[in-house]
Amino acid sequence: MASSHGTPPVFNNKVIAWVDHRLPIFSYIEKEYHTFPTPRNFNYFWNFGAIATVMLVLMIATGIVLATNYTPHVLMAFDAVERIDRDVQQGWLIRDLHMNGASFFFIAVYIHIFRGMYYGSYKAPRELLWILGVVIFLLMMATAFMGYVLPWGQMSFWGATVITNLFSAIPIVGESIVTWLWGGFAVDNPTLNRFFALHYLLPFIIVAVVALHVVALHVHGSNNPTGIDPKGPQDTVPFHPYYTMKDGFGVVCFLIVFSVFVFFAPDYLGHPDNYIPANPLVTPAHIVPEWYFLPFYAILRAIPDKLGGVLAMFGAIAVLFVLPWLDTSRVRSCTFRPIYKWFMMFLVVDVIVLGICGSKPAEGFWVPLSQLATLYYFAHFLVLLPVLGKIERPLPLPASIADSVLKKKAV
Amino acid sequence: MRKPFARNLLVSGAIALAALATGTVAIAAGGTEHPPHRHWHFQGPFGTYDRAAAQRGFQVYQEVCAACHSLSLMAYRNLTDLGLTENQVKGLIKDITVSDLNDDGAVVDRPARPSDRFRKPFPNEAAAAAANNGKAPPDLSVIVKAREAGPDYIYGILTGYVPYDKLTPEQIKEFDVKKDDYFNKYFPGHKIAMAPPLSDDKVTYADGTKATLDQEAADVTEFLAWASEPHMEDRKRTGVRVILFLLALAGLMYAVKRTVWADKH
Repeated sequence: MASSHGTPPVFNNKVIAWVDHRLPIFSYIEKEYHTFPTPRNFNYFWNFGAIATVMLVLMIATGIVLATNYTPHVLMAFDAVERIDRDVQQGWLIRDLHMNGASFFFIAVYIHIFRGMYYGSYKAPRELLWILGVVIFLLMMATAFMGYVLPWGQMSFWGATVITNLFSAIPIVGESIVTWLWGGFAVDNPTLNRFFALHYLLPFIIVAVVALHVVALHVHGSNNPTGIDPKGPQDTVPFHPYYTMKDGFGVVCFLIVFSVFVFFAPDYLGHPDNYIPANPLVTPAHIVPEWYFLPFYAILRAIPDKLGGVLAMFGAIAVLFVLPWLDTSRVRSCTFRPIYKWFMMFLVVDVIVLGICGSKPAEGFWVPLSQLATLYYFAHFLVLLPVLGKIERPLPLPASIADSVLKKKAV
Repeated sequence: MRKPFARNLLVSGAIALAALATGTVAIAAGGTEHPPHRHWHFQGPFGTYDRAAAQRGFQVYQEVCAACHSLSLMAYRNLTDLGLTENQVKGLIKDITVSDLNDDGAVVDRPARPSDRFRKPFPNEAAAAAANNGKAPPDLSVIVKAREAGPDYIYGILTGYVPYDKLTPEQIKEFDVKKDDYFNKYFPGHKIAMAPPLSDDKVTYADGTKATLDQEAADVTEFLAWASEPHMEDRKRTGVRVILFLLALAGLMYAVKRTVWADKH
């Protein structure tokens, strides 16, 4: 693991020493979460990994309680969710935490991804760390999508219909795949049952991939806002108590914003149509996914061809897997990349524009706008990123992390 | 639609407190007018249900709406949350009969008990549809949550009818309104199957309140808002305590963090 952590810890407690001699979990915790040398110059963007972890645990904890009160049957699911709201002790709280928790998990992860991109955390030697993160993101999307189906409201049903139908775009075997996914010839009870089973399974797979993500992180340690590697003890602090306290503070701040939604606007991020029980005979005027899928939904609809749209949508995520090799710049952090910094900001604007387009009906001015925004999205990764790395002249890097911290202090 | 736009601002990190500022935002559905925004007693971070209005609203529901609309998720016992005693609830439902199975397995009607769910006007959806020109009237249990603009929309529908002879020739032409159609300003597409359900003095309020159309519509909306989320007051009360606790905890955490980092800055 990362650099030298000094001598192995000595435990005074005999039981702990006995256990640790046979199964070194205490040494592991000591080494990876206490003395672990961490760059001293993190800004608050570095909180979002811890925040996302807290949200994952919260989602699993509330989800297990919800599952004990939920019935995955097309005739009973809607009422089962309402029963949790009305008749289960504090059931409303558990449900509001879970449904808003999904949104806030995505908020945390989107900020975490932005952090990784802005400060170049995906570059060597952290490519696998980044790829594991993209895998987590994909698993989250699948889990969230299937979770949204479970209340069996109108948007649940029609969202499931639209998304599963995407697979019918695959030539030759598409229709068969869709029938296989549904477990029948329409979205129906077998679909709901398997989505429930998978919605319960996938979070634990996410936990496993998060564990790999953390292991990979601890090989070379965290990146930092300067993007330069720590050169010695003066550049780092022990993870505990410095970052346990800072992360703890960040987590509590995040939970305050989360609580505002949970307790004062629990349905704000949802769609009213999902309080209408699913009806296969009535299509909602306007089918929209949850907000966190809107940019990808816009990319899907921007391409006038079904298969093309599906490929573009998956391509928008696939391109993230090769991001470490598309970026040709030797400098990690945007702080020292005077041109790319602005393109990075513009990518954020572009994704927000895509999100807005995704929430609008695919008509009029929104169609060319989403096409333009889609084009820019791909151009950013496939053209700008490789080319800019070659032509941009980065600013001079600080001599060391400690140097950059002390300089900032002097200003 | 402004709401999804606000949602996307979230992504950019401007989480802010937009939710409270915007509250409910109406949408335009195919040229339909937005229902005007009314102040509701239950809105805002500290809003509570107006018990008297909701009790009157129950009377309107029971005497008018219940003829066609079920409220399947509510039980009569839930009315005690509106400040009624158990005996008052028993008194209110003394004339209501519900169908049940007797010990011999035969379907019988028996007097309603507080533990019963609200009586359904039709035995099943097909019967409801058959009695209502082919479309079953929606269940009202979560109707306020199930519509954009929630309570404003419900109130708007109840008060938004325009009689045929008050329509402009353009409206009649554009929406293909026939003489016996019902035209509603706030219903998407305007032509609504439901006849105007409320009018002045449709009910006689037990508490002596004058039963105007507006009053009845506002009262039944208050009642349906409560039915959609009976635990709302508990939610807000808990929220105030949780947020105060978290603010205090954040303050402590910040102080600890500052102390820990004091020698590193």
